[in-house]
Amino acid sequence: MRETKYWIWHLAAGVLILFLLGLHMAIMHLDSLFGAWGLNPSGGEAIAWNNVVARSRMAAMIVVYIALLGAALYHGFYGLRTIVFELGIGPALQKAVTVGLWTAGLCLFVLGAIAAIAAGRL
Amino acid sequence: MASSTKHYPNRLGIVGWLLGGRWGLERYMYTLHRVTGLGILFYFVLHILVTSTRALGAEWWEGAMVRVGHPIFKIGEFLVFAAFVIHGLNGIRLIAIELGWAVGKAEEPVYPYRSSLHVQRPVLIGVMIVAAVFLALGGWDFLQVTH
Repeated sequence: MRETKYWIWHLAAGVLILFLLGLHMAIMHLDSLFGAWGLNPSGGEAIAWNNVVARSRMAAMIVVYIALLGAALYHGFYGLRTIVFELGIGPALQKAVTVGLWTAGLCLFVLGAIAAIAAGRL
Repeated sequence: MASSTKHYPNRLGIVGWLLGGRWGLERYMYTLHRVTGLGILFYFVLHILVTSTRALGAEWWEGAMVRVGHPIFKIGEFLVFAAFVIHGLNGIRLIAIELGWAVGKAEEPVYPYRSSLHVQRPVLIGVMIVAAVFLALGGWDFLQVTH
């Protein structure tokens, strides 16, 4: 039952990623369109420092970054865990893999979330 | 009553993703879904590390962008985009099947029998066509950027 719940979260995270990552990719690659919406106010490339700072200061973008970070880490690491489990490893190794992936995922989430919040004060 | 599940060893392991026999198209999409997923995950971990440098200031950010500005990274970026398109669209197909939306209606087993593949296969081909359109548009955009 618990695994079913994790699986449903995996699917829900996938749908959320599809929207947020689609938005993220559009902002990064369709500069001319999103520049008009104030997401690339300095013009030029989306990765130009002034544009990065402007987006980082937007509260909505901080929320999007952190939501995407959490959803993508959960979706990705749960998928990796499923692949590793399918190789037929024993229960002890399964537990170690689960703990290892949770630790790695939480460390990356904390790093990314702190960076998103700190960049908001640039 | 306690139920028990008998587990069989996964003898082929990762080799079975490609060399397990005469798989159907859906089985190769299963492999492609996993390969693209692993590729995206690898890129995503690096992406978190690289983009976190913005919190350290302009110099760190510019330095990181110079390091990932090499043409090989641009090709990698397109591969990540391609992986996202394939993984995302195929993921929608898998969720639709999981929820019973893309397997056809249940019907009497009258000969000649129809399996859910009669619905699943056209959905898969449709997904691949949409993915091809996105890849062509994305490829055009990347070529514009790199030239």
